[in-house]
Amino acid sequence: MNARTFSIGGIHPEENKLTHEVATKVAALPKQAIFPLSQHIGAPAKPVVQKGDKVKVGTLIAEAGGFVSAPIFSSVSGTVFKIDTAIDATGYRKPVIIINVEGDEWEETIDRSDKLETVEAHPELTPEEIVNRVKEAGVVGMGGACFPTFIKLTPPPTAKAECVIINAVECEPYITADFRLMMEHADEILVGLELLMIAAKVTTGYIGIETNKPAAIELLTEKVITKFNVQSSKFNVSVVPLKQRYPQGGEKQLVDAVIQRQVPAPPAIPVNVGAIVQNVGTAFAVYEAVMKHKPLFERYTTVTGKRLANPGNFLVRMGTPMQDLIDACGGMPEGDNKLLAGGPMMGKALTSTEVPICKGTNSVTIISDDEARRKEPQPCIRCAKCVGVCPMGLEPYLLAKLSEIKNWERAEQEDIVSCIECGSCQFTCPAHRPLLDNIRQGKATVMGIIRSRAAKK
Amino acid sequence: MDFILIAVIVLGAIGLIAALVLFAASKKFAVYEDPRIAQVSELLPGANCGGCGFPGCSGMADALVKGADAGSLDGLSCPVGGAVVMGKVADLLGMAIANSEPMVAVVRCNGTCEHRQKIAEYAGLRTCAAMHACGAGETACGFGCLGCGDCMEACQFGAIHVNPETGIPEVDEEKCTSCGACVKACPRNIIELRKKGPKGRRVYVSCVNKDKGPAAMKACAVSCIGCGKCEKECPFGAITVENNLAYIDFGKCRLCRKCEKVCPKHAIVAVNFPAPKPKPEEEERKEETV
Repeated sequence: MNARTFSIGGIHPEENKLTHEVATKVAALPKQAIFPLSQHIGAPAKPVVQKGDKVKVGTLIAEAGGFVSAPIFSSVSGTVFKIDTAIDATGYRKPVIIINVEGDEWEETIDRSDKLETVEAHPELTPEEIVNRVKEAGVVGMGGACFPTFIKLTPPPTAKAECVIINAVECEPYITADFRLMMEHADEILVGLELLMIAAKVTTGYIGIETNKPAAIELLTEKVITKFNVQSSKFNVSVVPLKQRYPQGGEKQLVDAVIQRQVPAPPAIPVNVGAIVQNVGTAFAVYEAVMKHKPLFERYTTVTGKRLANPGNFLVRMGTPMQDLIDACGGMPEGDNKLLAGGPMMGKALTSTEVPICKGTNSVTIISDDEARRKEPQPCIRCAKCVGVCPMGLEPYLLAKLSEIKNWERAEQEDIVSCIECGSCQFTCPAHRPLLDNIRQGKATVMGIIRSRAAKK
Repeated sequence: MDFILIAVIVLGAIGLIAALVLFAASKKFAVYEDPRIAQVSELLPGANCGGCGFPGCSGMADALVKGADAGSLDGLSCPVGGAVVMGKVADLLGMAIANSEPMVAVVRCNGTCEHRQKIAEYAGLRTCAAMHACGAGETACGFGCLGCGDCMEACQFGAIHVNPETGIPEVDEEKCTSCGACVKACPRNIIELRKKGPKGRRVYVSCVNKDKGPAAMKACAVSCIGCGKCEKECPFGAITVENNLAYIDFGKCRLCRKCEKVCPKHAIVAVNFPAPKPKPEEEERKEETV
């Protein structure tokens, strides 16, 4: 297999895909569902329900709070218990809507059949109509960043989209939710891709998959040939096998790997080089939103960890507390554990198991204390390993030092804002230095400085 | 002999021309600096801490002289030198003494290890800014002190130190110049500059938790729950409760300590008051237990 990858840097952490072969289970309904109002990048959603209101599965409970924002839908039926605050994935108390679950009654508008809808059968789907339905259904990037999808589909006038790239890389260790989704819903994903291509007004599509998922590559290649390689199809879609390398799932790395184009430094985005990157989960969500009128309220999530009794993949309603899923996997292992929303590389450490599953929670990872513990940092020996692995071509040791001594001007010159916070530098550092911790601080400060400068102008 | 004479004449001529050019230039490009600026600079402490809001002491001196010319020293105050230095400066500039209340940095968190339970362990970079970006920290309180000492790092006067036993920074009132560096360094805005008060007596809410009562109560034994008892009790209208958090306006507070007594969570703290006589305190305790 002639596998490509991105051109600079990257690491290969231990895969630990424990749940590859575990078929997805439907998670039990929670007793109480918690919906943070800020589940996406942009303005928090505004609640449209009040205490005591009855809601069904798929009822709008909060509308978009601005242009860059997304509405939120109830994933359960029941009564609104209260609008309060609860700890979300940021680790802080944030406004949430709490719903007491009663039964499982769905909105009538949602098509719950398994019938595969095709684009051919729906001539009413113009690009604008698709974008609108995606927007109305609250679809955001399902890979974890949660950027509202409809904005990505309507690029700024200065940029022209040429292709849609489906991100099925799943380079993060442990996580297998996307792989299971591909194995179980390949047809729907391809229709989703077709919809995305129509919406973006392009005819070229790619699906990037790492070679550690041969079954998915085989299945999707076969489906793509039968679906798109026919005379009548105006689309040109190909599955691109990619060599395993972290962080290939990063947008810029994926664009580099698949179409060999390099996205310039921020504020440039992939569409500036003609690519619209969407996660495979997003493609599925787009299919469901457009074809089944089903807003985004459930997702595929992996619950994993070496010491969990039965790690697994779940189709879970959003708002379900992580504790419910952990219990379904045999409960929290004995002793101290590190709980992560996401995988071990990019995941966010949490201090509460009551944090609900949100639009971006692709995994709940539990790492034992001894594995999670950091080693004592030693002095930097200037080995430049961090420079070698940085996928953005930065100098992490320098950026970390500049942040430490608060030299923001120089940090900006050294392009600290290009850092994608993948953690490759810290992973590879033989002196166990907290490189990313420092760089993240510096990046946040420099971005603040840039924003305030722009505001002054 | 000739060549010596020629050399003298040539050099003398060059010297004369250069002198004329320099004289003309010094007249043409003369920059007048008010001599008072140097004198005022001399009086200022020279710490260049930036506490006054100007870049260093010379910047402040410049502003003071300009202020004097404009007729007022209002809003200009050296937090380090305090009233003494400002008095001297005012004398020098022939102005009325710019009155500035002495201020002091106050750490508004009492979530010591015994009051606030540790629920997690943080293993990342040990600075408050990094820990704050990561989440609530090692306790359930998302507002309280993180104890990594960013304030200590920022203080140029060695006036603030994290007490290793409580995990909370303590301010040395003698050394604190109220320059405000710690206020800026704290990612959670816990430190506030408050009026030092007569004999250092102050009453303040030692909590910045804006969570609703039950959540705040769960996180810490001495958190403000926003019950509003202090607000009702205060005879001077100095207390306001906003976002589930009480705040005492030090401009209005008359140090009667009534609020301190009614606070059910002991979140209101009074410092530097003489110890109460033992007898009435005992009675009070009895009342409380009843």
